[in-house]
Amino acid sequence: MALSGLAIYKMLPQTNCKECGFPTCLAFSMKLAARQVELSACPHVSEETKTQLDSASAPPIRLISLGKDGHKLEVGNETVIFRHEKTFYHQPGLIYRLADSLDDQEFTHRLDQVADYGVERVGMDLRPDGVAVQDSSGSADTFAARVGQVAGKGLAIILMSSDPATMEAGLKAAQGKEPLIYAADSGNWQPMADLAKKYGAPLAVLGAGGDLEALAALAEQVAGYGVENLVLDPGARGWSDSLGALTRMRRAAIKKNFRPLGYPVITFPGEGSEDPREEAMLASQFIDRYASLIVMDDFEPAALYSLLTLRQNIYTDPQKPIQVTPGLYEIGDPKGDSPLLVTTNFSLTYFSVAGEVEGSGRPAWLLVADSEGMSVLTAWAAGKFDAERIAKAVKAAEVPDKISHKSIVIPGFVASISGDLEEELAGWQILVGPREAIGIPSYLRQLAKG
Amino acid sequence: MSVAMPNVNETWTGKILEVTLGAGPDKGGTRGKTVTVGGETTLPFLHFEGEIPNKPVVAVEVRDRAPDDWSELLVKAWGDSLKDPAAWAAKAEGLGAEIIALSLDSAHPERGNTGAKEARETVRQVLKATSLPLIIYGPGQPDKDNEVLVAAAEEAAGERVALGNCEEKNYRTVVAAALANNQVVIAKTPIDVNLAKQLNVLIGDMRLDRDRILIDPTTGALGYGLEYTYSVMERVRLAALTGDSALQQPLIVTAGYEAWRAKEARTNDGVPTQWGDWAKRAVLWEANTAVTLLETGADILVLRHPETIPLVKRAIAGLMTRAGA
Ligand code: B12
Ligand code: SF4
Repeated sequence: MALSGLAIYKMLPQTNCKECGFPTCLAFSMKLAARQVELSACPHVSEETKTQLDSASAPPIRLISLGKDGHKLEVGNETVIFRHEKTFYHQPGLIYRLADSLDDQEFTHRLDQVADYGVERVGMDLRPDGVAVQDSSGSADTFAARVGQVAGKGLAIILMSSDPATMEAGLKAAQGKEPLIYAADSGNWQPMADLAKKYGAPLAVLGAGGDLEALAALAEQVAGYGVENLVLDPGARGWSDSLGALTRMRRAAIKKNFRPLGYPVITFPGEGSEDPREEAMLASQFIDRYASLIVMDDFEPAALYSLLTLRQNIYTDPQKPIQVTPGLYEIGDPKGDSPLLVTTNFSLTYFSVAGEVEGSGRPAWLLVADSEGMSVLTAWAAGKFDAERIAKAVKAAEVPDKISHKSIVIPGFVASISGDLEEELAGWQILVGPREAIGIPSYLRQLAKG
Repeated sequence: MSVAMPNVNETWTGKILEVTLGAGPDKGGTRGKTVTVGGETTLPFLHFEGEIPNKPVVAVEVRDRAPDDWSELLVKAWGDSLKDPAAWAAKAEGLGAEIIALSLDSAHPERGNTGAKEARETVRQVLKATSLPLIIYGPGQPDKDNEVLVAAAEEAAGERVALGNCEEKNYRTVVAAALANNQVVIAKTPIDVNLAKQLNVLIGDMRLDRDRILIDPTTGALGYGLEYTYSVMERVRLAALTGDSALQQPLIVTAGYEAWRAKEARTNDGVPTQWGDWAKRAVLWEANTAVTLLETGADILVLRHPETIPLVKRAIAGLMTRAGA
């Protein structure tokens, strides 16, 4: 259980020396209880107190990592139920399951599909995170060979087998890659936990049919045995059962500080759906609602791209829209007479527009006005993207020094500001562009024709 | 060994109101089917904690004028029915729609500038062509909205249609039309809990029954502001369940409209190969926008593509299945 401020206070020196930056030890304790400061800020706590407090102030959901170094996937360590309370921190890993029984060609092909997939969105590089190798051949050698093949790819790895001997063969083949062992159940937990210890690997604990008390009991047993890097699978599948189980687990961990369920959760949308499209939709639920690892069966770029986008959406900090630096951007080596367009500094807006300008193959200047990270209409409605601001941006970026003409294309959605802008930018021609960025290439083509 | 699980159930004091759309002959209308949404006493689909007496439903968008800016995929999927709102509505009903969301788009000054007379005619025909309840949207231009929504409300008197959008700038007219003809209104505000609340209070001051209001919190599409809608809907629902009576109405979202504005759904021109097959991507874009909105409290989802309808209904069926059942 988390300690109250008062309980922490009793363990502190109570000298009010202020070295922690707080006026009293009590004030510091309160902040500590609220997890707003680190214990290390007080230089005077004894080693014994430190150990006690460290375990009490551990995050309600343990941080677990798969893989190492450059390819580390970290999940867990969430602190809220709703993202508006603060933010969600560690986006769920998207993992693709491959059966070891696939023939060589098929296995290699599917593995490459996952390993080679990468897409840029809003200036970020988005990719799936790893592969789960499923023992379906029943042969430890085959399993190990497939794992070995995956191990060279720089992906997070999940080893799936209920047989400890096969699991060990897989662990040997993935030596040094810190794969997740899936899974310890009530029957095999001890040998699986031994393997987790021996290979320093995290371990998934599998419950049955969403029975959370049984799952908690098993997790506690395994943790008590000395394996604390756990991931939980409540065994619930499908839409409402999963939602119920994951919600209760999240609440127990965060609101009740219930340790036995304070671990990341792994899900299998393919096992709860009838076809690939439903699998992708169920995976959306898991991104929205509390999954830390999502193991997919069907690799479909269209579905993957929508899931990567959703994950990017849900895991942005609600207090801080992703922004780009205001200023004058060059797209495709523009000259003095290339067209000038203006937009806002909300990343999504900027990249939508920049992408279309680039795609048009026509060099252009893109002026990014400081709209405090808001989209065109939001900023316009909030008074952060009006004629005055745009005129200011033109001056701040020293546009007239770089561009030989005096015309500027504004977004179609704010056509209504052109009059005001004509006044602010005396002698300029204000052109109203299309509403959606998608219309920019053909607009630029028209513009060039004159 | 046994570990007692702490009780994590919340005790909510509030309840979402039940709102019914459509009226059959017994209630002064002509609808063969009516729809009731709302009534939840817990967060979306948490059956372990409270009651979810009514499932969310799918409304399908029908326009009184063939859209000229819709994605090729939508145009192909609906075919000739796009030219005739009655045929379109009938087709949508056949495909599983539970409500027809009729847009009187041709009234827009730039898209035909039709008036009250044409609006009445369209409403009459669509009512005849379908047994489903209607939502009726104006063209989104204040003067014309007032003109055609009032006409539509009169034409559909007794049918308990939902009139939209009822916004800060036009709520008096729309609410008056709803009061006079026994209709429901869609109160729309731009993704902000306080604005949603304020508008509901203003509508309440005009003495429209509380169960004649739906809240449209404004939808962002997947990749285009969805996360903001997600959080605002959660906050609206939390406020409602903790007792804020001005936010206790069911939520309606325009997932189709928003998703099909997104480049990912609209087009395949010059898009990266990683985006995958266009048709699959586009339908999933709409369906996955819908899933996230369902998770955060949508009671009515207005959709566009025929293939999205069964997908979203399948998700709803899955979410409405009680654990263990
Ligand atoms: C997410 C969102 C928000 C978020 C902010 C997100 C952000 N960082 O900007 C939040 C919740 C904070 C918000 C707040 C508000 N919002 Co807001 N918001 C939206 C929403 C849902 C999506 C906006 C978005 O992200 N669009 C995606 C981006 C990429 O679009 P975009 O910037 O317009 O860019 C596109 C085009 O404009 C074009 N383009 C861009 N630049 C250029 C340049 C050129 C040259 C060209 C040719 C084209 C072009 O390309 C892009 C892609 O096509 C919209 C409704 C909707 N569904 O669109 C409402 C909306 C924009 N908001 C609106 C309003 C009124 C507000 C508020 C004033 C409400 C309030 N609470 O008081 C506040 C204002 C902010 C404040 N006071 O703090 C209204 C604006 C009404 C209007 N027509 O003027 C909208 C349209 C909702 C509505 N229907 O009423 N909002
Ligand atoms: S530094 Fe430690 S001892 Fe000094 S006031 Fe802060 S908490 Fe108390």
